[in-house]
Amino acid sequence: MDSLASDPVNQCTATSFEMDSQRTQYPYVTGTSVIGVKYEDGILMAADTGASYGSTLRYKSVERIKPVGKHSLLGASGEISDFQEILRYLDELILYDNMWDDGNSLGPKEVHSYLNRVMYNRRNKFNPLWNSLVLGGVKNGKKYLGMVSMIGVHFEDNHVATGFGNHLARPILRDEWREDMTFEEAVKLLEKCMLVLLYRDRSAINKLQIAKITEEGVTIMPPYALKTFWGFSAFENPTKGAEGSW
Amino acid sequence: MAPVEAATKQHANWSPYDNNGGTVVAIAGGNYCVVAADTRMSTGYSILTRDYSKICQLADKSIMASSGFQADVKALQKHLAAKHLIYQHQHNKQMSCPAMAQLLSNTLYYKRFFPYYAFNVLGGLDSEGKGCVFTYDAVGSYERVGYSAQGSGATLITPVLDNQLKTPSPLLLPAKDAITPLSETEAVDMVKDVFASAAERDIYTGDRVEIVVVNSEGIRREYVELRKD
Amino acid sequence: MFRNQYDTDVTTWSPAGRLFQVEYAMEAVKQGSAAIGLRSSKHVVLASVNKAASELSSHQRKIFKVDDHVGIAIAGLTADGRVLSRYLRSECINHTFVYESPLPVSRLVVQLADKAQVCTQRSWKRPYGVGLLVAGLDELGAHLYYNCPSGNYFEYQAFAIGSRSQAAKTYLERKFETFNDSSREELIKHGLLAVKETLQGEKLTSSICTVAIVGVDEPFHKLDLGTVQELIDVLEAEEAGTSEPQREGDQSAMQEDSPDVAPMDI
Repeated sequence: MDSLASDPVNQCTATSFEMDSQRTQYPYVTGTSVIGVKYEDGILMAADTGASYGSTLRYKSVERIKPVGKHSLLGASGEISDFQEILRYLDELILYDNMWDDGNSLGPKEVHSYLNRVMYNRRNKFNPLWNSLVLGGVKNGKKYLGMVSMIGVHFEDNHVATGFGNHLARPILRDEWREDMTFEEAVKLLEKCMLVLLYRDRSAINKLQIAKITEEGVTIMPPYALKTFWGFSAFENPTKGAEGSW
Repeated sequence: MAPVEAATKQHANWSPYDNNGGTVVAIAGGNYCVVAADTRMSTGYSILTRDYSKICQLADKSIMASSGFQADVKALQKHLAAKHLIYQHQHNKQMSCPAMAQLLSNTLYYKRFFPYYAFNVLGGLDSEGKGCVFTYDAVGSYERVGYSAQGSGATLITPVLDNQLKTPSPLLLPAKDAITPLSETEAVDMVKDVFASAAERDIYTGDRVEIVVVNSEGIRREYVELRKD
Repeated sequence: MFRNQYDTDVTTWSPAGRLFQVEYAMEAVKQGSAAIGLRSSKHVVLASVNKAASELSSHQRKIFKVDDHVGIAIAGLTADGRVLSRYLRSECINHTFVYESPLPVSRLVVQLADKAQVCTQRSWKRPYGVGLLVAGLDELGAHLYYNCPSGNYFEYQAFAIGSRSQAAKTYLERKFETFNDSSREELIKHGLLAVKETLQGEKLTSSICTVAIVGVDEPFHKLDLGTVQELIDVLEAEEAGTSEPQREGDQSAMQEDSPDVAPMDI
């Protein structure tokens, strides 16, 4: 088993009967960017509902934002099956937390730390959970927004985005985000980011969900589509003015 | 799967390591120690966040600054924090900086064959109140020095410190003290300058520099803005 | 000669439905020197009486820091207490490692009680011979718990365990209604007075008692000897000013309250 760990190339070439167990080396069905922002009353998160099998759009109505306990919201990009496994871990975590029945409960900070341990431990076993996770929440009047990557890199920020979102959405967020944004302003900002992602990320689809978490609790809104405009001249002839390129 | 297919990979692959960049510097003086690090965290050409502290107070007079792979760094910090709590329970005192230095070395070497990808400098005051700096590689070899820089900007900063701090050569016999002759404020100004310079050329250094000063009065923290591009 | 047939091992019931070995363990708590705990809404104070085994030796530690937000005072077998304090410390460290937040006190106490309970149901084990007052602060406020060898645990506003703790309990029972709104200083004062009650006339000095506190913005720590002595001196100066009838009141109150069976007495 250890010889496998030290020889990652061999893992791809080994036939299945040579292995007693399989470890994830690449993802199968994946979701694309998730973005999250802090606003006036809490946290808002957005993600589309698409799930791709390579470059094939395999599923069109996958929820990638889920509540965790009373105070947290989890969004995921990456391998969908791994995300659903993580949800099972968290369900158990929250169940055992509730079973104490003592008035204490895990807040977003605790869940974020726990998720980081899970992701990091799995990478230490060379068997990663192939996701980038966004965790947001509010507890005792404190807003919390953080991220965890598949190898355990994690941090907090006022706005976060996974995958393409880090390239395309965060520059917009850095320009336009404010701590005291109202719900309407924040939704508008998220929609602006999601529209850019829809135009430029080929695995993004025009069916997105927005979820919010405040001191009052979680609301995951039903999926909807953005109004798009494909008439930009840049879309009509993308190679114009770039002669010699593809 | 045929070997040929494996060679022509067409899907994402993964590595257990990432380099999240960043530069850390520590300077020891006669009765102080300055530990500094920028607050940018990157992956590849992307910035993940502009406000992540790479500095961790491990004990009363031990400050560690680390760059490298953030997940490993955090695991290392938590491990040392837990070890230090146990130490306090058992000995009823804070660990000294040289003791923490040895613990850090052992902790890194323990993972010699699956290393923590972390590049650390440990600064603080020794039991005599003198400034001390310990510098490490990822697998635990370490040395007490007068100053040190580690991380993505180390190659830019180290020669400047070599030139400016004018500490006695470690080759001199009998050995001379490695602590710098600079005053505390001079050292802090020096740190600000070297970080501003590193941020000019190193894309992994920038946003802000966090400076922690340890002296007999306690611990002081200050921040200076750096280039954000 | 009469011999108890049902007390040779922990797992044997008496026909009356008692577990004698467990009860003996509870007796061990009463043998140890006294430990006292009391809380307001923001602070918990622990105090203990330190008795040296011999004039040539020092006394044993009876108050242990578990984490920044939890501490314990013990009465009974100090060796068992040390083992349990090590267990509590490691539970706190592990929780902090995984969740980056302090372990809620009520959960720590349940884990401790479960550990004690196991020893009452295994033939090859023996119950811990120590009672623990667990003082802690968490999101829900300040807490004081008493954990006993039987695996039972109770939450209190104020409590005392160990030898001659009845006198301290009597004092606390008379005063506890004011504790919730007490200041930190008042709480320490009541703690010292309760300790004084257990001394039965012996002079209260900083050398025979330890005081510790945990509270909002105040991590668990023991007060140093000098601070404790200063507080005792202030108390004595105050007491010199009060009149004798107060003392008589104390006596009658004690007689009235003593028939009350404390929960630990089963």
